[in-house]
Amino acid sequence: MPERIIYMDNNATTPIHPEVKKAMIDAIGVFGNPSSLHGPGREARQLVEAAREKVASFIGASPEEVMFVGSGSEANNTILNALTCQRMGCAYHREGLNKIVTTTIEHPCVLETSKCLQEKGVDVSYLDVDIHGKIDTEQLKEVTTDNTGLVSVMMANNEIGTIQDIKTIAEIVHQRGALFHTDAVQAVGKIPVIVQELGVDFLTLSGHKIYGPKGIGALYVRKGAPFCPLIRGGHQERGRRAGTENTLGIIGLGKAIEMRSQEMEAEEKRLLELKAALRKGIEQKIPDVKFIGHPTDCLPGTLNASFDGAEGEAIILYLDLEGISVSTGSACASGSLDPSHVILATGLPAECAHGSIRISLGRENTREEVEYMIDTLPLVIGKIRDMSTVYKRRQ
Amino acid sequence: MAQVNWTYTDKVKEHFMNPKNILMDEENYQEDGKGVAGNVKCGDEMLVVIKVDKKKAIITDCKWKTFGCASAIASTSALSEMVKGMKLDDAYNLSAKDINKELGGLPDHKIHCSVLGDKALRIAINDYYTRNGMEDKVKKEEERVVCKCMNVTDQEIEHAVLEGARTFYELQEMTKVGTGCGECQEEVTQLLETYKQKHFCQV
Repeated sequence: MPERIIYMDNNATTPIHPEVKKAMIDAIGVFGNPSSLHGPGREARQLVEAAREKVASFIGASPEEVMFVGSGSEANNTILNALTCQRMGCAYHREGLNKIVTTTIEHPCVLETSKCLQEKGVDVSYLDVDIHGKIDTEQLKEVTTDNTGLVSVMMANNEIGTIQDIKTIAEIVHQRGALFHTDAVQAVGKIPVIVQELGVDFLTLSGHKIYGPKGIGALYVRKGAPFCPLIRGGHQERGRRAGTENTLGIIGLGKAIEMRSQEMEAEEKRLLELKAALRKGIEQKIPDVKFIGHPTDCLPGTLNASFDGAEGEAIILYLDLEGISVSTGSACASGSLDPSHVILATGLPAECAHGSIRISLGRENTREEVEYMIDTLPLVIGKIRDMSTVYKRRQ
Repeated sequence: MAQVNWTYTDKVKEHFMNPKNILMDEENYQEDGKGVAGNVKCGDEMLVVIKVDKKKAIITDCKWKTFGCASAIASTSALSEMVKGMKLDDAYNLSAKDINKELGGLPDHKIHCSVLGDKALRIAINDYYTRNGMEDKVKKEEERVVCKCMNVTDQEIEHAVLEGARTFYELQEMTKVGTGCGECQEEVTQLLETYKQKHFCQV
């Protein structure tokens, strides 16, 4: 491997924040079961609840509205599956509400779960997106019918960074009497997310996207909103999620959120500047490039670019040889042989997805690293285009 | 950071880092035969051109272009080295497995990337025969309908195997083969084994 790694794949996961690392190392000896009444138990409980308060306050919720889960995927699975609970007396079991509305650009954990629910007889509608990845609120009004129990729309897209107007969407959904969930895994900690302002019933966030540890996430459940657990068999998390708490992960998430509350605002501005410089550099040095995503309503660090005649897996592996880590929407890198469903959903052709790379900047990226990327990427694209059957150089 | 293995074998890495025999736009290459396989929509397209010693029926030079991933680039590069000096007949019979072996093995889901190179080469060889009035030597890869109810061909079955089908049921899911009268089940099962053997047996 090259000596220096320039990590620009922060939407996939993030390097742990030094302060988070420190807090977790300090807490590694905390072994008590937070449910135990004795000293070690109470010590763990105290740390878990302190973390819950940090998370709650960061998103404008009260602590009892925040439950810890094992991942963003688990939170999303929980909310979607709850709708199909047929147990009489279940708060979520509401006669006649047999429809879910979501979008074509959700994370696979929402799409796959929706597909599974469809097979169980749930009616699922998928909202289309425009060329920039935005949903159409008129279509939302149309498909959110009387029998709709839940609408789930991601706040910011992981691949192209497009941010939806969650507040407006939540209003429309509530006017139609349905509940609203947003997968805000990519949004929380990168842009301001205040649950009351947005008016959501459920919200998903994750630790490892914001310089916290993996294997920990949180789900906001609005006070009074119906809920049905996915994992049963224990009183933890007020009976909403069985299983002994991941104390260390929760402490890490709490610290990560605390650091976000201190650093996010300044970093958002810095990342926007870095991204603008990166985009400009790419545009100046590489012909035939297309940027995917919304020009303004986009995550500050996310830049998705597609290069004519170059294939994404080849791009990321040549960049990897130069020490730069990014990801791609190409089929060849997906393992499934399907190109990015998000890019296809925007209406761009498959070729565009095959030639796309996602650069996601984070708190550790520097101006110097961006310059190195601007110097390296044209060489890589040039090399691939020389080999390409598709790309014809403009004379 | 600790030493981390690369995604593919060293041989793949070597061909990927330093691809051999790329056909450059500006060199005005005078080929004797040319073949293109795959398509850009699916994410892979390869072009292979050859020069032939007509008396000896030997490939003297081979160049290529590829739109595709690291495996595709490495496969075409390796292929171009392998066929130089090879008799046309031998080159025609090169299989994806041979290329895969030369590369020290590709991951299962990447085998289909190496299939296009030999396909493009066969088209190039046939093109050479056609250009030189030897149409009788052109070998056709004809499709044959195996499942008459659902109109599924042997090539579609091979394609499904390359895309990951390993059992009769997976084949059925992907191609609908044998979901009508079911008479073709035995033949389909045999084909499945043949293609699994052809593309995926240990190299």
